[in-house]
Amino acid sequence: MITGNEAAAWGARLARVKVVSAYPITPQTKVVEKIAEFIANGEMDARYIRVESEHSAMAACISAENTGVRTFTATSAHGLALMHEMLMWAAYARLPIVMAVINRAMAPPWSIWADHQDSMAQRDTGWIQIYSESNQEELDAVLMLYKICEDKDVLLPAMTMMDAFILSHTMEPVDIPDQKLVDDFLPELDLPHRLDINRPAGHGSLIMPEGPVMEYRKAMADAFAGVRDKILKVEEEFREIFGREYGGLVEEYRTEDADAIAVVSSTIASTSKEVVDRMRERGLKVGLARVRYFRPFPHRELREIAKKTDMLGVIDRSYTFGYGGALYAETKGVLYGHSDIPVKNYIMGIGGRDVTPEILEKVFMDMLKIAKDGAVDREVEWVGLIGDERWSA
Amino acid sequence: MRNTTIPEEEYMLPGHVACLGCGAALAMRYALKALGKKTIVSVPACCWAVIPGVYPYRTLEVPLLYTAFEVTGAAISGIREALEVLGQDDVTVMGWAGDGGTADIGIQALSGAMEREHNVIYVMYDNEAYMNTGVQRSGATPFGAWTTTTPVGKLRIYKKERKKPVAEMMVAQGVPYVATANIAYPEDLIRKLRKAKEMKGPKFIHIYATCPTGWRVPPNKTIEIAKLAVQTRVFPLYEVENGVYKINVKPKERVPVRDYLRMQGRFRHLTEEEVELIQKMVDEEWEKLLLKEEMTNRVRKE
Amino acid sequence: MKMEFEFPTPLTTVPSTANKTGVWRTFRPVINYEKCIRCYICWKFCPEPAISFVPGDKYPAPSEAFLKRDAVEINYDYCKGCGICANECPKGAIDFVLERGDGQ
Repeated sequence: MITGNEAAAWGARLARVKVVSAYPITPQTKVVEKIAEFIANGEMDARYIRVESEHSAMAACISAENTGVRTFTATSAHGLALMHEMLMWAAYARLPIVMAVINRAMAPPWSIWADHQDSMAQRDTGWIQIYSESNQEELDAVLMLYKICEDKDVLLPAMTMMDAFILSHTMEPVDIPDQKLVDDFLPELDLPHRLDINRPAGHGSLIMPEGPVMEYRKAMADAFAGVRDKILKVEEEFREIFGREYGGLVEEYRTEDADAIAVVSSTIASTSKEVVDRMRERGLKVGLARVRYFRPFPHRELREIAKKTDMLGVIDRSYTFGYGGALYAETKGVLYGHSDIPVKNYIMGIGGRDVTPEILEKVFMDMLKIAKDGAVDREVEWVGLIGDERWSA
Repeated sequence: MRNTTIPEEEYMLPGHVACLGCGAALAMRYALKALGKKTIVSVPACCWAVIPGVYPYRTLEVPLLYTAFEVTGAAISGIREALEVLGQDDVTVMGWAGDGGTADIGIQALSGAMEREHNVIYVMYDNEAYMNTGVQRSGATPFGAWTTTTPVGKLRIYKKERKKPVAEMMVAQGVPYVATANIAYPEDLIRKLRKAKEMKGPKFIHIYATCPTGWRVPPNKTIEIAKLAVQTRVFPLYEVENGVYKINVKPKERVPVRDYLRMQGRFRHLTEEEVELIQKMVDEEWEKLLLKEEMTNRVRKE
Repeated sequence: MKMEFEFPTPLTTVPSTANKTGVWRTFRPVINYEKCIRCYICWKFCPEPAISFVPGDKYPAPSEAFLKRDAVEINYDYCKGCGICANECPKGAIDFVLERGDGQ
């Protein structure tokens, strides 16, 4: 029985990470404390750079990774935001750094509780993004991500998200894989563009517009496009060795004959599965599509899922201040020209607002009504606001 | 047959795009002569991110990692720890940042790296302003200087604040080896960098690097002005080892600061009173430095 | 046609010697070998560096004895004409003249 934070730490340990560079922030602290404990007890052979800020944490990961060793870090909310410049640097430098992000609300006002604004705001940085719904998945994600990211055709960084406190601090039964199995699964890092005193090159110089800068970016975009195949391949391999699978980029739960399907990530998805089961028992045909990978965006999976149903209810735990939440906007974007079923956005759980099964049942009922009507009443709706009678139990 | 006072081997190739008479180029040339081939250099946004030229050209015979502006301290920490993992602890790690990237935006990462005692050499090459972006004022710009953000003008707004004493801040932090160096004294510079290379732990070197472009001086005066900086005590040459000061050059004659200031266009606007004020400031700092030398040597003896 | 890259990021591997900065010159330093005492101060302070050593008998010298010491030679492919060498020469043995661009 371990917490989500400990699971992430175990992932780093089993992956034989060599340099950890991190800065404390609630609720990530236990990740790095656990790693520090592992190292102090001689159970993990790694260097821990106790940097003086998250920006420096990512900077040190970048330079250490560029020297050719596997690195890891963890952060949350403001720490992630502070790293923004360096996130882009890591991706453009094509460095396969893996980071655990404990999803926590942004300030002001201060909130240490779960919402996805922090990671959603980083979706343009070129990082692979995956949302875990269990501690087991978090540990496994760390292992799989190193394999995916360090592939010569990928060479991109990845972040794996866990909801603050709901996963990070909650104990769940977790199977800790055998180190020997992990060693067989995950070979040593072999970074083609590492710093090498026998190869005196400049890494990251000035480049003119007529130099191949656009071509290098395109090559990176192409690598990103190839990530989906790598994910599926690695997950298959993982299943064969460790016996666990998660369903690819999007886990489908009881979607086969669903009249309405919720598109949702993370722990709200876990709670939703309970609600789906309850409603199915009453003969209401609802299903759930748990978006694990947000980057690469699972456009193929969502288009297939849209074909199976009459309505999609997209739940976002963040808001873009554009048109709806990020998951909603991108889902609608990829469905355009492929599906004309009604799609509605439910903004929930902001600032850690509790998302209960009762509220979710109301959301699913709303979805079923829209499926029957054939059109949304409104496109974007905030659910669970104080005093809003429509959604209270 | 020949004998030279500095090592002959070059680790920097010509064809780089530094300005005529660039002090920063000279500083790097000397630093690498001291450190040799088994060196990795990390350079943030600064003149030295441009001097090697554009892709695909390189000017150094050692690997050069270009980084974001504020991260030099963190970058060298990461390189060093990774090298330790790889068992390559005979490779020198040098962070090479400008005064802006060190005293201002880079101060946090510098302080952190020194505090964590990584085995790294941090060099701040000081051309006394944000030269790469066009001569804007930095914390290390000296009192009295014109810059593009302290452009004098009708209201006589020049830099009114004193030069941020980064080397002294490093001494206060307890960095075991802190030294100033100057491109007009290459033998001393090389000696100090070699010393830093042999020591384990964090080392901080502050190199005075004339910028003829930004200081408004003819490029052929680069070395002359640098020498004058030491002779007028504007930029004393000293080293501090485990807190004990040693002043390397004690000018016998008192060369007036006026000679130094009047050579440079960036000080052209100063009145004679303001020049006198600067002389007083320089004299004061020199006295304090002499006292620090005396005091720290005395404490060590006791 | 898609570009193929050796590395995933642009690494600079071409020596800067491909860039002949000699074309930057407005003024050119010219060593007067009759006066040059081969102290190598010019070599020491060149920021490119564009001064190298050559056998002592390649150039004239103030006297026979000096011929034993290696001489210095300015590489005009790279010399930017900053004039530090001329300014620092203790014997005033380096003239600093307008670059005529004709190789003279």
